[in-house]
Amino acid sequence: MAFDALSTEIIYVLLGILTVLIVSSVFTFGLIKWKPEKDFQEISDRIKSWWVMAIVFTIAIVINHNISLIFLAFICFLAFKEYLSLIPTNRAHRKILFWAYLAIPVQFYWIYIGWYGMFIIFIPVYMFLLLPIQMILIGENRGFLRTMGSVHWGLMIMVFGLSHLAYLLVLPGTTGADAASGAGLVLYIVVLTQFNDVAQFIWGKAFGKHKIVPKVSPNKTWAGLIGGIITTMGLSLLLAPLLTPLTMPGILFSGFMIGLTGFIGDVNLSSLKRDLGIKDAGQTIPGHGGILDRVDSLTYTAPLFFHFLRYFYFT
Amino acid sequence: MILRTLFFTLIIRPFILIILGLNVRRRENLPDSGPAIIVANHNSHLDTLVLMTLFKGKKLHMIRPIAAADYFLKNKFLSWFSLNIMHIIPLDRKPKSKDGLFKGVYEALDQNDVVILFPEGSRGEPEQVSRFKSGIYHLLKERPDVPVYPVFMHGLGKSLPKGESVFVPFFCDVFIGEHFLWEEDKKAFMNTLENEMNHLASEGSFPLWD
Repeated sequence: MAFDALSTEIIYVLLGILTVLIVSSVFTFGLIKWKPEKDFQEISDRIKSWWVMAIVFTIAIVINHNISLIFLAFICFLAFKEYLSLIPTNRAHRKILFWAYLAIPVQFYWIYIGWYGMFIIFIPVYMFLLLPIQMILIGENRGFLRTMGSVHWGLMIMVFGLSHLAYLLVLPGTTGADAASGAGLVLYIVVLTQFNDVAQFIWGKAFGKHKIVPKVSPNKTWAGLIGGIITTMGLSLLLAPLLTPLTMPGILFSGFMIGLTGFIGDVNLSSLKRDLGIKDAGQTIPGHGGILDRVDSLTYTAPLFFHFLRYFYFT
Repeated sequence: MILRTLFFTLIIRPFILIILGLNVRRRENLPDSGPAIIVANHNSHLDTLVLMTLFKGKKLHMIRPIAAADYFLKNKFLSWFSLNIMHIIPLDRKPKSKDGLFKGVYEALDQNDVVILFPEGSRGEPEQVSRFKSGIYHLLKERPDVPVYPVFMHGLGKSLPKGESVFVPFFCDVFIGEHFLWEEDKKAFMNTLENEMNHLASEGSFPLWD
């Protein structure tokens, strides 16, 4: 069942992404040639990384449904590992982290078998109630709240939240045309969210003056946010008919929601980084920082888009 | 040799790359060939494995970790594994006399191997650097031209500390410094070593682990 997900519509979108990448690479190459006195290292690193991410993501989403699930589980694992490596942790509570990691394969098993009821309560209810039992068995009370609070917050954001991306794959079904539409939904939310990040960045650089939350993220401006939302709504008009069953009000609402909540997801993790006193969450992706720096917006957009879609189109 | 290649290619490299995850700074500072000594802080059994994976292909076979004979030659299986797969140079931690103590190390250095040495002597408390022992000074007295490469690692003691059997993944930092040479003055040499390691450690901002 290879290449189940390659519908004509998805191929159009992939060709579109390819065009955007080629144009940005040519543009950066031109900048480096014309203005050799300026340093474009970071922007050029960024675009190179975009190429790698786009290729890896495309391969993972397009080839086969199971590979897509494993890939998304691995992204959750990387994000969660990056988070646990950044936060203060308690030596006596190492085992809690171990059990928290195990929640990832279990959560993705529920997705694999399409058990929605379990998928939606496993981390918020069962992990939430089970982890303290392990804490009690360890018997180290010092730092109880810190460990429980930080581990479960991380599970909610990086495993529960991001795993909604994977449930989009099985929401319509897993074979033939259904598989294509599942992959299309993932493509839609990921492309729009990442595009929105870039659009907000560019609008902010070009016209940004008034800061929204200077204490959390000094580079976020109203011009960036509003320009980004409008641009993202524009792209949603183009992509939604190809990739989703959305109707006109739904298309506009989803574009607006992704623009706004992508911003919130971004500053939410900026708050965490400020609290920890760091700028980037890691060094995994050259020019971007860590995995968390790239999926921050998705931690908000993925679950919100999923529930919007499920409520209005799949029940 | 073929078993060592297989063990590292099929098990250790994928495990360290995928499950653990390394953040290596200045990989280009590592020696291309021996004789050389790599000194590193020691918090976990993973330390040696991680240092060995920094060397690819044929270079893997020139890496020789110095390891405690009393621990790694404890029984037949461990001894076979340590000597053949890990390619260790066994060292007597409580020698009756100092004569010939470093014989294995000199043999390795003389055939252009890269020797890994943990100057703390044992793994100690996780994520804390204990005092460096002066064995390395005495070792290099007879091979003063062999360069010393300092490496600082963080996170492995959290992943698999001494006395724990449950492995917990963390991203691990590996900072590689500039190599330096042995000095006649013991205090000066030990100071250089300590300063290099402190300098490397200060590059990272590590979260609290208490």
